[in-house]
Amino acid sequence: MEQVGEKEETGEADRVDDGTETFGADFLVRWLTHLAEAVDREADRLTELDSAIGDADHGVNLKRGFAAVSDILAKEPPATPGAVLTTAGRQLISTVGGASGPLYGTLLRRAGKTLGDGERVTRAELAEALGAGVAAVSQLGGAQVGDKTMLDALVPAVEGLRESYGAARTAAEAGALATVPLRARKGRASYLGERSVGHQDPGATSSALLFAALDETAGAEASRSEEASRSAESSRTEAAGAETSRAEGAS
Amino acid sequence: MRMLINVPETVVADALRGMAAAHPELSVDVERRVVTRRDAPVAGKVALVSGGGSGHEPLHGGFVGPGMLAAACPGEVFTSPVPDQMVRAAAAVDSGAGVLFVVKNYTGDVLNFEMAAELAEEEGIRVAKVLVDDDVAVTDSLYTAGRRGTGATLFVEKIAGAAAEEGAPLERVESIARRVNERSRSFGVALAACTTPAKGSPTFDLPEGELELGVGIHGEPGRERRPMMTSREIADFAVDAVLTDLRPSGPVIALVNGMGATPLLELYGYNAEVQRVLGERGVPVARTLVGNYVTSLDMAGCSVTLCEVDEELLRLWDAPVETPALRWGR
Repeated sequence: MEQVGEKEETGEADRVDDGTETFGADFLVRWLTHLAEAVDREADRLTELDSAIGDADHGVNLKRGFAAVSDILAKEPPATPGAVLTTAGRQLISTVGGASGPLYGTLLRRAGKTLGDGERVTRAELAEALGAGVAAVSQLGGAQVGDKTMLDALVPAVEGLRESYGAARTAAEAGALATVPLRARKGRASYLGERSVGHQDPGATSSALLFAALDETAGAEASRSEEASRSAESSRTEAAGAETSRAEGAS
Repeated sequence: MRMLINVPETVVADALRGMAAAHPELSVDVERRVVTRRDAPVAGKVALVSGGGSGHEPLHGGFVGPGMLAAACPGEVFTSPVPDQMVRAAAAVDSGAGVLFVVKNYTGDVLNFEMAAELAEEEGIRVAKVLVDDDVAVTDSLYTAGRRGTGATLFVEKIAGAAAEEGAPLERVESIARRVNERSRSFGVALAACTTPAKGSPTFDLPEGELELGVGIHGEPGRERRPMMTSREIADFAVDAVLTDLRPSGPVIALVNGMGATPLLELYGYNAEVQRVLGERGVPVARTLVGNYVTSLDMAGCSVTLCEVDEELLRLWDAPVETPALRWGR
């Protein structure tokens, strides 16, 4: 996979972890491109999960949608972070179909609109925007956390993102796993009633991919150990503080 | 996997090309995935637009034509079409009298049609929607997203389509469509799971000698699994499930529908049992339709749908229809 740190203009984004550092549209383009690769790689697993409690099309649908997102972002790269997300969302709605198209499309579109047209945004602002997107998804699908849907991964992930990329990823993955014992109350799996218990929700699983890709895109720091991540963060705040932090981390 | 296909990615487009070749009376936009009757828009008439995942043929493209749908939007296999398709279809068939979207109650279909309705209205098209939710296997409760939409789709499209053909205004066509849905109930049974082109293996595991009761039309497992039953026993179970929910006081139209891989020999045999149970329960049958109409790829099995009719609904059912899959009276 492509590590964003290789390019100079991305160096700034890579070190972002205190929520105040800003990044531009290119960072989000790399995230969604990276996500498209991840979805492509995981498509069969998503379809397998969907065949247990749904209709076996989740992987193939998302793969088609994110490939289209990746294409349009490469061909006509939007100028602002907000525009990247709205463009991607619109593309998902017009290519995915099913429930995933409108839901993921709404997530990204609403997040994009919330970001507005600023040229640089912070992780905290991205978390805020994705939070608005998640609220829109919840309203559109009429679902809540615990209904065994993508929200079980998205809601904790956005909370985590206020803290760090790594925390968002961890929370999303834990949220997806936590859907296994739940009984589905929304979507096609809900028609199975008790028989949906014991299967991981495919939507929550794909939502976790979203935040894993974001974490990986955010750079080597975030995917390395907690200590390394903390020291990188501190080194941005102030050099002396970094020393203290590293010492604390080691003790 | 033994399928008569090239690659899974082009299954829908390939089918549409073949459909276009077989039915010059239709206008088939393969690239944008919209099937319309060739004479659309028909001046002064409300246009019915339906759509849903592919894999349920002849639903919906097979029901496009005079007396039924003005347009259909086929999605990917078992996947709702996208709003762009529906808006394009609505724009192509709207004569100014308005468009009725016929939507099956599945989350994806509902969301995409909702978005499409908003977009179409922004383009100045009057849109009404009817939600089909006839499947009694799924209880309508706090814990589910409501009943699924299955076989009653055919009744709604045929009867409301006839009203539109007669020139009824949009509100009237919509209210007739709702009435048909409210008076229709279905119950489906699978004897074998279906195989989607993308997955290439059965979507659920159904061992020899067992059947799934209460299946939908997307290869999703049903509510309950039992040892194999006879046609007689299945009819007793299915018809009683429908009647418990519907409680008709007048005559019904019966649809005995094949899921794709059950031959007519079996479907007619099943229909004999369905008619027997209805007779025993004192339900008069005004009309019966037997065949593969709302299918689930190569799933073996059947569903029964009953629609309680009054004089008007029966007259509209009998009205002429001319589509690839349903034609009479012209």
